[in-house]
This record gives sequence, structure tokens and C-alpha cells, in this order.
Amino acid sequence: MLRIRGLSKTYRGGDRALDGVDLDVPRGQLMALIGPSGAGKSTLIRCVNRLVEPSAGEIVVDGAPVTGLSSGGLRAARRRMGMIFQEYALVERLTVMENVLSGRLGYVGFWASWLRRFPQADVDEAFRLIERAGLGGMQDKRADELSGGQRQRVGICRALIQDPALLLVDEPTASLDPKTSRQIMRLLVELCEERQLAAIVNIHDVVLAQMFVQRIVGLRAGRIVFDGPPDALTTETLTEIYGEEDWAASSAPEDDDEDDAAAARAAALRLAETAR
Amino acid sequence: MSGAAIRRWRPPPLIANAWLRLAIYCGAALYLALALGTLEVNWARVAEGLVRGWAFVAAFGEPDFTSRWGEISEGMVESLTMTVVSTVLGVALSLPVGLGAARNLAPLPVYLACRGIIAASRSFPEIIIAILFVKMFGFGPLAGMVTLTFATVGFMAKLLAEDLEDIDEAQVEAVRAAGANWAQVMVFAVQPQVLPRFIGLSVYRLDINFRESAVIGIVGAGGIGATLNTSFDRYEFGTSAAILLLIIGIVMIAEYSSGIIRKRLQ
Amino acid sequence: MPIQTLPTGQVAWQRRTMPARLARWFGWLLGVLLVVQSWQVMNADTIWEFVYDAPAQAGDLLVRMWPPRWSVLDQLWRPLWDTLNMATLGTALGVVLGVPVAFLAARTTTPSATILRPIALLVIVASRSINSLIWALLLVTVMGPGVLAGIIAIALRSIGFIGKLLYEALEETDANQVEAITATGASAAQRIAFGFIPQIMPTFAGISVYRWDINIRESTVLGLVGAGGIGLQLNASVSRLAWPEVTVMFAAILCTVAVSEWVSARVRAAII
Repeated sequence: MLRIRGLSKTYRGGDRALDGVDLDVPRGQLMALIGPSGAGKSTLIRCVNRLVEPSAGEIVVDGAPVTGLSSGGLRAARRRMGMIFQEYALVERLTVMENVLSGRLGYVGFWASWLRRFPQADVDEAFRLIERAGLGGMQDKRADELSGGQRQRVGICRALIQDPALLLVDEPTASLDPKTSRQIMRLLVELCEERQLAAIVNIHDVVLAQMFVQRIVGLRAGRIVFDGPPDALTTETLTEIYGEEDWAASSAPEDDDEDDAAAARAAALRLAETAR
Repeated sequence: MSGAAIRRWRPPPLIANAWLRLAIYCGAALYLALALGTLEVNWARVAEGLVRGWAFVAAFGEPDFTSRWGEISEGMVESLTMTVVSTVLGVALSLPVGLGAARNLAPLPVYLACRGIIAASRSFPEIIIAILFVKMFGFGPLAGMVTLTFATVGFMAKLLAEDLEDIDEAQVEAVRAAGANWAQVMVFAVQPQVLPRFIGLSVYRLDINFRESAVIGIVGAGGIGATLNTSFDRYEFGTSAAILLLIIGIVMIAEYSSGIIRKRLQ
Repeated sequence: MPIQTLPTGQVAWQRRTMPARLARWFGWLLGVLLVVQSWQVMNADTIWEFVYDAPAQAGDLLVRMWPPRWSVLDQLWRPLWDTLNMATLGTALGVVLGVPVAFLAARTTTPSATILRPIALLVIVASRSINSLIWALLLVTVMGPGVLAGIIAIALRSIGFIGKLLYEALEETDANQVEAITATGASAAQRIAFGFIPQIMPTFAGISVYRWDINIRESTVLGLVGAGGIGLQLNASVSRLAWPEVTVMFAAILCTVAVSEWVSARVRAAII
């Protein structure tokens, strides 16, 4: 589905974000990308749809190369890749429906989109997705009226209406509370299964990742240092990815935000109890 | 749920009430028709002017700084000196007026008087005030300077008063609790909160005053405006272009340096 | 370093170091010298007798301005209508021309940062540096007196104002929202339509109404140089020394400005 070979990215100013990454993600697989801040997770998924231009390497989606495409070809390639963002990145002043339909921008012409005259098939699909995501009846609410969890659901709808083959998910739960985070992750898993999508999910919360995904890839300083099933993730590998830390004290990784870390730790404790 | 029924979707309109929406659109269309309909344009004169317009545009290609340099430099010096003096005087005078116009610092009679001064200064365009001052002080840059000072007082005092009304009261209380008198409260609690923005605005006003000084000369209040007006009257477009380029250049320099000053203050 | 150890071993604190204090004093000295020098140059030709006479002149003016000749009001409706039209149509034209300039000037939306952006910035600076009265002066010379010259003068001045504030708003837009639209495979035009325009819409409406308010104020005086509106009548009355009429016109201008300010404040409050 997705094939990455020798992907490197050096930012202007010499910061080397990615260093020769090789990665394959088959159809229907939900893969979590973990790693400390600045390890290159965000850069990696942005290289796949070339929001960030790779310095070297090759990316192939569904048999078609993405690197080296002209701007028109790149637009067509981007339609097949849905992206979901950390801060939702909804267009705040547009309605839920307009935000969802904006996922079809790669398919409709400028004037049709400017006048909001999307094909009826797109509107039908948008209604279906909005209901599937549990937002039925909210289509004319403005995005800035929604709660964080609702916004992320709109973000998911916008990515799915593109009819993607691949989902690029950037920290989908970083701005959400633990309960909503799990709901969002569950929704992602179900949708990927329904549509047999490949997905790369950047995620800070290792426990949450272990709960939901089939495969975990650990990134450190732009290189892959772990690739395997969730239960193969040991204290040693976590140390290799994130650096020294008393992993036994809490199974949640160190977080930038104190509150989030505390919440994650509490969630991890609860999780440990239910597992027992 | 909806079954076979087709669900159409239109974005919600900006104005929810359909009748109000219609009334606003019709009103706008009616106004536009009336405004355009009553527009009296002498098209023959405009067509004739196009040639002259082109001559003017061409003059920007070769601005004539030399043949009227004496008048240009005199006008520029007048404009610049008017700008400097009126900004300094106006800012100085705006301090007491602004303090008096802050409701949280001044007693009511003082407040009303100062707000009155501000309203008087802001109600009329500068050029009308200039007409009156020219009548009072005679032609020349002094009348222009008084005009710009008056306008500066209104502008700065209003913004200063607004800033003063928005200050953080906790800091004032803290200093007062330390036993400070009124003047000490002003210097230690109020001044640090408003000073950076006040200096930034003063620099901005300097910029405005220069631009205005180029205008009020039209009614005889000194400055480059008179020279510019004369050059237009004589159809000496080369000189006009030179003056306009000088104004643009000076404003650009002023804006650039005021940007630097304001950035350093923050 | 504001803290220094004295020879006695005490630690002294001063707000500024010695060189800094000297520099500040020198700066103040230069400033005062500049102002004094400016004052002298400026007043080299001032006839001080006229200035001492000013209070008497002011009193005389007030006496002559009172009572207002209200009958002149009948002749003012048409010029007031022209004034309103100059401001409104001028603002509309300024918006139409200023918006594309803003998109060319904003770092986030410009199609060419090396050629088109500097040109757009130059247009904005030129338009902003020159007061609408000077634009009117120029246009009246070129195309003859009348409302049309006023409309174009207002529009030319508005381009810079709208262009500058709008391009600053465009540069402050949330990049995430635009990135999300780009990721859907949207074209450049669609990125602007969905990513940028919804974000700047409230600012844009606010700027336009604010500029309309300023333009009403400015179009009341454009007639002084022959560009139509109530300023034309004002100029005629001032040159005929018909002060009772001038009073009425001042009142009319004041009312117009007050009404436009009120409308603009209400509309802006409604938008936000």
C-alpha cells in the first residue's frame, strides 16, 4: 500500500529530521508511530503527502510514486491520502458540512466549490459520514461551536470523504481528554477496518497505541529503532526510543504537559487493573 | 434513516430572516442605482484628461527635482519642522488631557472637560481646522503647526485615556498599599503600563503629521502642500512627481524606522 | 551593569549605568535642540503681529459666524448626497482594487515573492503616503472637477489602507487550517477560497466599514480642491467670506461625520 525507501529530510538550517527511513504499510493495517518530540514523526507523515518536501528517497502509494510528481499530479495523489490533525485544523468559521465537503476539493472544480454546489453524491456521502461519526443533525453548526471530540470527528469525516487509500493521522488525541481519546481511537480503528485502509498514526500516548493498533514503529532522531507488534514493546525498547526513565513507575511516557501526563498515568493504572 | 429521499444541502445564509435579507439586498441595489444614476460626469472632459493623465504618469519616469528645487526644499523644510514641533507639543499637551480623560483617574468635571477637548479636536478633518487657524494666525507654517498640534492632542489623548482606563488595577493597589502618594502611583504603577504603547503611538503620530503637513498647505497653512498645489496649477507634472516621490520616500523611511523603534520597545 | 560594588564594599544599585545615562542625556539634548531649531526655522517668516492678534481674530470670527444662515441648508442636500456617494462608491472601488493587492502582498498567499510581492507593497506604500486630498488635487487637474475625481481619489487612498490591513491579517491566519485544505488535494484557488477567506472575512468586513467611515470624513473636504461634495460649497462660502453659511456647513459636516461614525461602530459591533 505505502512503500517508503531511503526517505531523508534535512530542513533549511541543517536540522536533519529524517535519516534514511524504510517503511512498508500493507492495506488494512493501522500502524502507530511513536517517538519523542522532535524525532521526526510529524515530518515523516507530512513527507508522504509532500506538505513537507523530502530531501531524498522514494514514496509509493498504491503502486504510484508520489515523489517527483508535478503540482497537478500531486493534487491527484493527495486526494488518495486523508489527513487528520492534532489541533483538528478545521476551518473554524465554516459549518460542519462545509468542512466535511472540503475533503472533496480535489475532485470538484473551483467555481462549484466556491458556490458550494457539490455533487449530490458527495452531499449524500457527507450526510452518511456525519451520522456515522455520531454528529447527526449538526451539519449546519459552525466548527468553532463544537467540542474538541466533535471537532476531531469532523476532521475524520473530512479525511474519509476523500475516499482515501491511506490515512495520515497526526497526534489525533493530543488535545483530547482520556475518554474522548479512546473513543476517537476506536472510531479510527473501526473505520479503517470497514474500508480496509492503511493508516499511520503519530501518537504520544504509548498505552493508548498499545490498546488499539496492530503494529508499532518507534522513531528516534529520524531513524526507525523499533518495529513490531504492541506486546513486543519492552522497557528496554521504550528506553531506546525515549531515553532513560523509570518505566515501571508508570507505564505512560513522559509528556510535555503535566496534566496530560497525569491523566495518561491515571488511565494507565485503570487499564492495568482491568487487564488483571 | 432518510431512505431513498434525496437530502439536499445549501450553506446557511448569512442573514437568517428571509424578508430582512431581501430588504437589504433590494435596498443595496436601489442605492447603487440611485448613486450611479445621479453621478454627473463630463465624459468629454474625462477623455481629454486621459492624455494629461498619461503625461503625469510619464512624469514619474523622469521627475524634475531641479527646476523648482528652491521651492521644493523650502516647502519640505517647512513641512518637516512643522511635523517635529507639532508632534512634540501635541504629545506634551496630550499627557494632561489624556490623564484627565481617564474615568478611573480623574474627577467628573475634569473628565468631561478633557473629553470635550478630545471630541472637538477629532470631529473635524484637519484641513477645516487649518482654514480657521489660517484666518486667526495668518498664512504660514505657524497656523499649520497649531492645526497639527490640536489634532495630535485629540488623537494621543484619546488613545492614552483608553489605555489608562484599561490598566491593571492590581498593580496600582500594590503600589498604593506600599504607601505611595498620587504622583508615586503614577510613576511606579501607571506609567510602566502605558509608556511603551504611548511612545509607539507618538512615533506613529509623527508619521501621520508629516503626511497631513503635505495637505494643509493647500489652504495656506505652510508646508510642501502649497508647492505641490502650485505645480499642479502650472501643469508642471515633473515637479509634482518629484514632490510626490519625496513624500513617499520620507513616509517609507519614517514607517521603517518607527517599525524598528516600536519593535525595540516591546 | 546597574549593580556595582563601591570601594567601601557596599553594593550600589542604579537604574542605569553611567554610559547609558550619558547617552540618554545626550539624546534628550539633541531632541530639544532639534525642536528649538525647528521652531526657529519654521517661524523665520512668521509675522508675530498677526499672531498676537489671533484671539481678537477668533472673537471676530465667532461674532461673524453667528447667527447661522440656516436657509443655505436647502442647497446642501445635493452636495451631501454627492459626499455620501463619493465615500461609498470610492470605498467599493477601493475594496475591489485593494483585495487583490493584499493577496499579492501577503507572504502566505503571494504567487511570486520576488517580483509581485515588492510591487504590491510599493503600491500599498504609495497609496498610503498620499492623502486623498492630494490624490483629488491630482485627479481634478487631470480629469476636471467633479464627483468622479473624488470617487477615484477616495478609491486610490483606500487601496493602501485596505491592502495593508488585509495583508497583515492574511499573514496572521492559522497555518494549520490552510495545511488541512492543502492536504485534501485542493488547488491554489481553492486553498484561498476555503483556507484563507473564511479566516479573514470578519477582519475584512471590519476594515471595509472602518475605511468607509474615514472616507465619509475625507469626502466632506475633497470639494475644497474641486472634487465635488459639500466641500465645494464650503470653499465657495469661505472665499466669499460668508461666515454664517460656513457655520451651517460645519454643522452639516459634523452631523454627517457623527452619523457615519455611529453606523460604522454599530456595524463593526454586529460583525464581531
